[in-house]
Amino acid sequence: MALRTLVTRTAAALKQRCQPHLMQSITVVLSRRYSSVPDDLKYSKSHEWVKVDGDTAVIGITDHAQHELGDVVFADLPDTGTSVSKGDAFAVVESVKAASDVYSPVSGQVLDINATVKDTPALVNKAPFTDGWLIKVQLSDKSELDSLLDAAKYKEHVEHSSH
Amino acid sequence: MSGSKPIMRLLRLREFPIFQQLQVEERLLRDTQCNWCIINDGTAPPSIVMGISGKPELLLDVRAVIQDQVPVIRRFSGGGTVIVNSDTVFVTIICNRDAVPNLSLYPHPIMRWTEQLYAPVFEGVPGFQLREHDYVLGSLKFGGNAQSIIKNRWLHHTSFLWDYDNIQMQYLKLPSKAPSYRLARPHGDFICRLKDYLPSRDLFLQTIVSALQVHFIVQGSTIDDTGQNMPSKSPRTTKILTSVQLDSFLTDCNPKV
Repeated sequence: MALRTLVTRTAAALKQRCQPHLMQSITVVLSRRYSSVPDDLKYSKSHEWVKVDGDTAVIGITDHAQHELGDVVFADLPDTGTSVSKGDAFAVVESVKAASDVYSPVSGQVLDINATVKDTPALVNKAPFTDGWLIKVQLSDKSELDSLLDAAKYKEHVEHSSH
Repeated sequence: MSGSKPIMRLLRLREFPIFQQLQVEERLLRDTQCNWCIINDGTAPPSIVMGISGKPELLLDVRAVIQDQVPVIRRFSGGGTVIVNSDTVFVTIICNRDAVPNLSLYPHPIMRWTEQLYAPVFEGVPGFQLREHDYVLGSLKFGGNAQSIIKNRWLHHTSFLWDYDNIQMQYLKLPSKAPSYRLARPHGDFICRLKDYLPSRDLFLQTIVSALQVHFIVQGSTIDDTGQNMPSKSPRTTKILTSVQLDSFLTDCNPKV
């Protein structure tokens, strides 16, 4: 969020008399280059992150995704015990009048969900890689991690993709 | 694809029940690979439609809704609450990722594109714009819109207020989260009727189809083409709230007057 403030102030400092939508476009372009991408995580092309700890994994959406989605106002998470499959939707987040599917980067069984996010969905925006985590999963096939992106490749993916 | 424009299948309906329409939309979004436009000219019976996270106790005069037996639907897309009837015109656009070149499948880019799509429809009507995610004429909202975005497809649907019933609007409470331009105005001072600005309803629908034809090759389809009676491949979110469910939202905060 501090980064976005810096970007916004930079755009204003350029003394561009922008229409609000143009200012937003500038902010989006500049912010995309500086989206946070922690090195210790794995990433999917659909902008979810995975933190692996032994045979379990924590999953959330990336800083790029939360910024593009806008203010998250609702998160519909699965029940614990639910099976998730790599590439399939496991949750829905609502932001800016849109319900957007969130996809699991791995397969397994849901061990825990972030109840705090259900009560305070803005955590997904404020702390996408920490307090804004969505689910914890017991991995059923660790080899699926091999096909995920590392931080460098994910940054390239964000640069080159529109979604 | 045919030539340089993608094909858009157009389904024209009239007074189709909104609950069934939403079920069809959810199915077309999730279970098909075609681009679709659904235009439903009015609906019956009058119904309340909430977004995916809608809470009746916060958004509705629940006691009045129960008393008057108004159906309450929670749809699969985001966004707010509307009351719809035969004076509402529904337009839904469902697209594959590649249907609109270089479109980022996130809410703001999609809405900026739909604003461009609809601009010709309101040519000559002062003040048309997308303002804080609402379609407005100046400071008056004339349509509610919402979206559902999945991996490689997106849906944007709009309920246009050709006309509306002031009495029915009283079922809706002032939402706690409202756009800043609303300035706490009650519904009657915040919304407007398109019939006061456009020459005819039929012409309005015709210009929407013309606007689509700028971007797509539009092909007519029927309700049978949607496979509405086929089993769903994935769970459905759109639901009608039962009377038992609505009763559970009655609290001491909504006492009888």
